[in-house]
Amino acid sequence: MADLMVTQKAAAQRQITYREAVAEGIAREMRRDPAVVCLGEDIGEAGGVFKTTAGLFKEFGPGRVWDTPISEQAIVGAAMGAAMTGMRPVAEIMFSDFLACCWDYLANEIPKVRYMTGGQVTVPLVVRTANGGGLGFGAQHSQATENWAFTVPGLKIAAPSTPADVIGMMASAIRCDDPVIFFEHKGLFASKGDPAPPDHVVELGKAAVVREGADITLVALASMVPVALAAAERLAREGIDAEVVDLRCLVPLDVSTVLASLGRTSRLTIVEENPYQGGWGATLVSVVADEGFGLLDAPVRRVAGECVPLPFADALEERVIPTVDKVVTAVRELSAY
Amino acid sequence: MVTRDELLTLYEQMAVIRRTEKAAHDLFLSGLVKGTTHLAAGHEAIAVGASAALREDDYVFATYRGHHHALARGATPEECLAELMSRATGLCKAKGGSMHLTKASAGMLGSYAIVGAHLPMAVGAAWSARLRGTDQLAVAFFGDGATNIGAFHEALNLAAVWKLPVLFICENNLYMEYTAIADVTAVPRPAADRAPAYGIPGEVVDGNDVVLVQEAVDRLARRARAGDGPALLEAETYRHYGHSRADPATYRPAEEVERWLKHDPLDLARGRLAEMGVPEEELTSIDERATAVVRAAAEAAKAAPAPDPAEALTDVWADGGAAWRT
Ligand SMILES: Cc1ncc(C[n+]2csc(CCOP(=O)(O)OP(=O)(O)O)c2C)c(N)n1
Repeated sequence: MADLMVTQKAAAQRQITYREAVAEGIAREMRRDPAVVCLGEDIGEAGGVFKTTAGLFKEFGPGRVWDTPISEQAIVGAAMGAAMTGMRPVAEIMFSDFLACCWDYLANEIPKVRYMTGGQVTVPLVVRTANGGGLGFGAQHSQATENWAFTVPGLKIAAPSTPADVIGMMASAIRCDDPVIFFEHKGLFASKGDPAPPDHVVELGKAAVVREGADITLVALASMVPVALAAAERLAREGIDAEVVDLRCLVPLDVSTVLASLGRTSRLTIVEENPYQGGWGATLVSVVADEGFGLLDAPVRRVAGECVPLPFADALEERVIPTVDKVVTAVRELSAY
Repeated sequence: MVTRDELLTLYEQMAVIRRTEKAAHDLFLSGLVKGTTHLAAGHEAIAVGASAALREDDYVFATYRGHHHALARGATPEECLAELMSRATGLCKAKGGSMHLTKASAGMLGSYAIVGAHLPMAVGAAWSARLRGTDQLAVAFFGDGATNIGAFHEALNLAAVWKLPVLFICENNLYMEYTAIADVTAVPRPAADRAPAYGIPGEVVDGNDVVLVQEAVDRLARRARAGDGPALLEAETYRHYGHSRADPATYRPAEEVERWLKHDPLDLARGRLAEMGVPEEELTSIDERATAVVRAAAEAAKAAPAPDPAEALTDVWADGGAAWRT
């Protein structure tokens, strides 16, 4: 699984890992803006349990990189208070599953305060979290939880798939005047990619066409992007030319890039790690049905996770979340339609 | 010690709050206030006394029972009543309502309807003050019921270990919704008794005596500003109305209600003012002024227009809009 997630290109220049990109992305913003501060469990000297904050404590010190107790409500609630009063906090919730421990802040407090105060209060914070499966961490440490956030108006949702995007989107997320939940995919941490040029900024809400193709559009997010790309390579050998769209963000959702791609391919498959029920793909499909029905020559397919808690064993996990095989099968069927 | 003129000002603020709450209740009964209200009549001395001890640039976070805090921090009765009546001129453009009164320009950073949620936010505001190198303070006002929720404990601990300038002020009115706090709490003082576990001072004050509240908050605020960390103040009080509009509060023993109504914060302040030699007529004229202010506010709020429905799709994002897709 992890092998699949290694970015395809072996570029001549030195590549960086996705995990290094997280720390690099934060560090660039901390150098730029003294209002950026980090807080979270073990993020200081220890550099984070996933080593995604390595080096920050050394460079910026305990005045800007704060170790917290195991207190998810306090972490996100305090980040909110700091954001309301002039700081740009970047809070880490170690595993995205633990977002449930501070869900009140994410569902009820942070996204609503601006609206219900009639625009008086802005909450410019980033909650970073390690999302998703693929590493055999079991049901309470492996969920793809971006849909939890997707149901809540008022949160922006970023989920990059490459190291350069991590850096560029981190810049946008931290500079954003709105709250952003930044999903870093656990299965991608070891993957490598091209480094980001200085001042690299990727606007939130801009999907990327990461592989061009004429026969079918595959829309994917985060760890599913390399899965979709690998499937596209396999399908190419069978004569099916797939275009792959990396959605990058769920809010704002770049519908226009998806519709433009459908204009070229007229077929759609969505690849989601999360369970089928309530997945973001369902929303995308409904928008396409609404606004792009005439572009379609075939039904749409969603290759999504099964509606079960994520099992522990690799073989079981693979059974539950989308794989290259599952995507290839779905696309083959759809192409024959 | 508070001067005669200062106490007169505090009295007038309390008188305005009391009448605003009465107006909210009446407007509610006449069908002009929708949803619910959690009136704070009886709690005035806490908001007014604490605000008097705070600076203008300090931060305040309150609960859904927060009309008194918004008013004490400078929201006008008209803005508040207009918000309750869903008018475009409301404090929060009619998007917040009774439970979310907010006056950010006065450091009143919101009223929160999830029990205990704002305590960590106040910790964050205090942390931010430290980070920005100011000596601002943050205050969280909350009910006795909030002391049993996780966020209370997480907030106290984090504030204590980071030694932040935050005051936790519990308005202990003896009841949560309909349940007595004593029936569900293992210690007699739900707030103050927990403070030692976090290594911070926990004090108890008569929350109906505006002077005692002001003095206690002033002392704890100085301490926090000097870098000595957070403190917890448990202010004993009583709500005159039920928990919310629908609650006649029949679960409270008659003699308890009677005892507390005799210990009214406005009467207490009047007694102190009389001792200072303020003539009865002066207090009566303050009362009359408060009545006139609130009556005019209610009329102006009633006359204000409803919000433009287009406003429903603004203010989600910092650009003012609500677009979730391209
Ligand atoms: C997390 C949460 N649980 C339950 C409620 C429902 N509720 C609203 S007010 C209240 C009682 C709170 O009592 P207390 O903290 O003493 O405040 P008071 O109303 O007395 O000011 C409850 C249980 C809520 N709003 N939030």
